[in-house]
Amino acid sequence: MQLLNTILIGITAGSIYSLMAIAFVLVWRSTRVINFAQAGMALLSTYFGYEAVTRIGSFWLALPIAMLGGAIIAALVEVTLMRSLVKHASTGPIAAVAPIIATLGLLGLLRAVIAMVWGGQNLVIFPPVSNAGFTVNGEVLVFSPLKLLILSTTLVLMALLSLLFQRTNLGLSLRASAYAPEISHLSGIRVDLIRTLGWALAGAAGAVAGIFQTVNGNGNFSPDSIEFALLLVSGFIAAVIGGLDSLLGAVIGGMFLGVVIAFVLIYINSGLFFIAPFIILLATLFIRPQGIIGVRAGRRA
Amino acid sequence: MSLSVSNLTIHHGAICALNSVSIAVPTGTLAAIIGSNGAGKTTLLRALSGLNKPTHGSISWMGESILGAKPENLVRRGISHVSEGKSVIAELTVHENLKLGAIWRRNKGELSESIEQVVTIFPRLGERLSQRADTLSGGERQMLAIGRALMSKPQLLLLDEPSLGLAPLVVEQIFQIVRDLATSMRITIVLVEQNAMGALKIADLGIVLNLGKIVAVDHADALIANPAVRAAYLGY
Repeated sequence: MQLLNTILIGITAGSIYSLMAIAFVLVWRSTRVINFAQAGMALLSTYFGYEAVTRIGSFWLALPIAMLGGAIIAALVEVTLMRSLVKHASTGPIAAVAPIIATLGLLGLLRAVIAMVWGGQNLVIFPPVSNAGFTVNGEVLVFSPLKLLILSTTLVLMALLSLLFQRTNLGLSLRASAYAPEISHLSGIRVDLIRTLGWALAGAAGAVAGIFQTVNGNGNFSPDSIEFALLLVSGFIAAVIGGLDSLLGAVIGGMFLGVVIAFVLIYINSGLFFIAPFIILLATLFIRPQGIIGVRAGRRA
Repeated sequence: MSLSVSNLTIHHGAICALNSVSIAVPTGTLAAIIGSNGAGKTTLLRALSGLNKPTHGSISWMGESILGAKPENLVRRGISHVSEGKSVIAELTVHENLKLGAIWRRNKGELSESIEQVVTIFPRLGERLSQRADTLSGGERQMLAIGRALMSKPQLLLLDEPSLGLAPLVVEQIFQIVRDLATSMRITIVLVEQNAMGALKIADLGIVLNLGKIVAVDHADALIANPAVRAAYLGY
């Protein structure tokens, strides 16, 4: 029972990392930028969700509102900041790193703005269902109705995203623009618009990750939330494990990371919580820098 | 005159890649642009599809200026470009690559009709619709690249070295199809080629570029017969 419990906790946390990793991958594929401001955007979206849930009272309405907010913020960042940055810093030694450094700057800026608007204190989003563990054969598990809900919602969202990418013209445009921008231009795809849409999708995925990370923890969040630092690191690591270029890789990377961390915490030592992800990152970079899923196979999804 | 270019000059940084070039191609004409490496052939072609921004000069298509227009808008105005090196997307299936060419058109019925049309021209693509493009041979990839361009129902087709790296038999086959596109579908074609003899044999009009300047324009047959052109570009 302990084993099943560990796996379930692992894939629940992992599914949240996967969403964050998907956000990294979507941005990387559309503009070849690692967006470290993703955590700031997810945090801001969580504040949007908080405002919505306190006003409307429904968690399930607040979630799409936060997603929409996250999508709009991400699209605005791409249009106003990234597009001109890539254009102006296209030559010289700074070209390759300028956009990435800019996202780090943006991360700080977003947190400062959030602290200015909402203050630095902890706010709370209450989960829609109980986080008290299921009881099986008189034994109380950590796996709870809330975790089940998080896991199933995440899986549904991933399925929808996969349908979007594999079955629609928009999905085909997103994939084509990521693989071959010039051929896409020549095929009549408005690649700039598609790039912005890629960022918007990432913003929406990050919003869900932010809210679920919050309610899966103790529900508290603040501009200095350790949960969001953890989300940033875990999402990034999951994306790297998955090869950074593949949505399927991001999902597998996130689940893998979640399960490994759960095993380390429960079977080895809960004190390793902050160390385990970094060890996994370093191990991945040393052993298989192209990610678990090789680039060629990974680029299918 | 469906396509006309006048005094077109293009710089790549400090280098003048194209120097005051003027050409005119009537509707349904197959024009071959030949010349050695670095002559400016690809630069010219990329300017016609909006990929290169000219320094000065003008380009007009169907009587309207298209200078500075984006490639994605030029496709909508009937200009399709097949860039150098079998321009297909390896990770997508043959069907998806073809679909890409028509993705800006909204009509679903038109899509399957266009795919059928392309498959009639290139039957080998029909057998491989669900395969990934990177499983195709070089010749099939070139067919797919041209097929994708045809999906946009172009009136002007720009082809950049379709013969590159292909076996002579396959080159002959592709050149024959290119000739047919101009003859039977009345598509205006600008063909850039290193394979000067092959290109001139199927072309109506021949244009010779050297170091960014036009050095000869004539009927393709006349160019083949021209001793100076023979010596410099046809190798005998």
